[in-house]
Amino acid sequence: MARLIRMDGTGHTTVAEWTAEDAQAVEAAVAAFREQLDAGYYAVVSEGEGRARQVDELPLDAPLVILRRPIAGG
Amino acid sequence: MTAEPLRETAAVYWRPRVDDARLVRRGRIWTLTTVAHTIPYGIASAVLLSLEPLTAPLAAILVAHAWVIPALYAKRGANVLKPRPRAAAGPEQTAVGLLGDLVGHDARDLHARTGLVLERGTLGVWLVGESGAVLVRPGGRRVHCWCVHVDDKTLPSADRIAHLLLALRTDEHGFATVANLAFSGARRRLRRRLHPAMRPALDAAGEAAAPAVP
Repeated sequence: MARLIRMDGTGHTTVAEWTAEDAQAVEAAVAAFREQLDAGYYAVVSEGEGRARQVDELPLDAPLVILRRPIAGG
Repeated sequence: MTAEPLRETAAVYWRPRVDDARLVRRGRIWTLTTVAHTIPYGIASAVLLSLEPLTAPLAAILVAHAWVIPALYAKRGANVLKPRPRAAAGPEQTAVGLLGDLVGHDARDLHARTGLVLERGTLGVWLVGESGAVLVRPGGRRVHCWCVHVDDKTLPSADRIAHLLLALRTDEHGFATVANLAFSGARRRLRRRLHPAMRPALDAAGEAAAPAVP
């Protein structure tokens, strides 16, 4: 089962879970994903050690999508 | 090459994107600045002593200045890795679990010992902390210390590191562009000012960045 998680004060929170075959879960995950992006989170897919990719659409084939806050210098 | 630049670079659009050549140039400027801060005090103290040996106390103060100013810069560099107050045990443990999933066994072990994550990049070897990162340049002798953080004080320590790590992995050059350079200089100068518990991480990064001995 794929997961959308948000890094927050609890360590992390699972925002949505889905499988490609479950249309209802996919729809809910896409809506939750959009909501988090609108709230200012960035979505990242870890692609193994040393590589990550930021995404604007929920990649349904990714096992784990991580939501992070923006970073800043200083 | 990175497919897409880090989103946060839009907030610092006036900064030229960091690349290898820019890092070399900035390193040289830092060295020149350090020399410019040090040499005049050394010359002044020598001149004073040669003119009047009784000015020895004043000459000693000038020499102390020549030593203290570069030391303060190095301390500023070490401060980018300074640990922040811990969150509650539960969230910290959860966050360490996620961070552990993102890195390999060796990096996990190093993080458990030093609180820092070692990450190899194209610009050198990075040590990622909670509110900053140190880049050990190829060869292992020069470091660049960057101040960069996620603006959420409720986050557990490992989550703060994971934020920086994911941004670094997304776009290394963009990460260095967004971050503020706090210090650039010799690794040994930074090591002296680093918390002793963190020194093994800097040593490991130095070894990883050093050319392989045949």
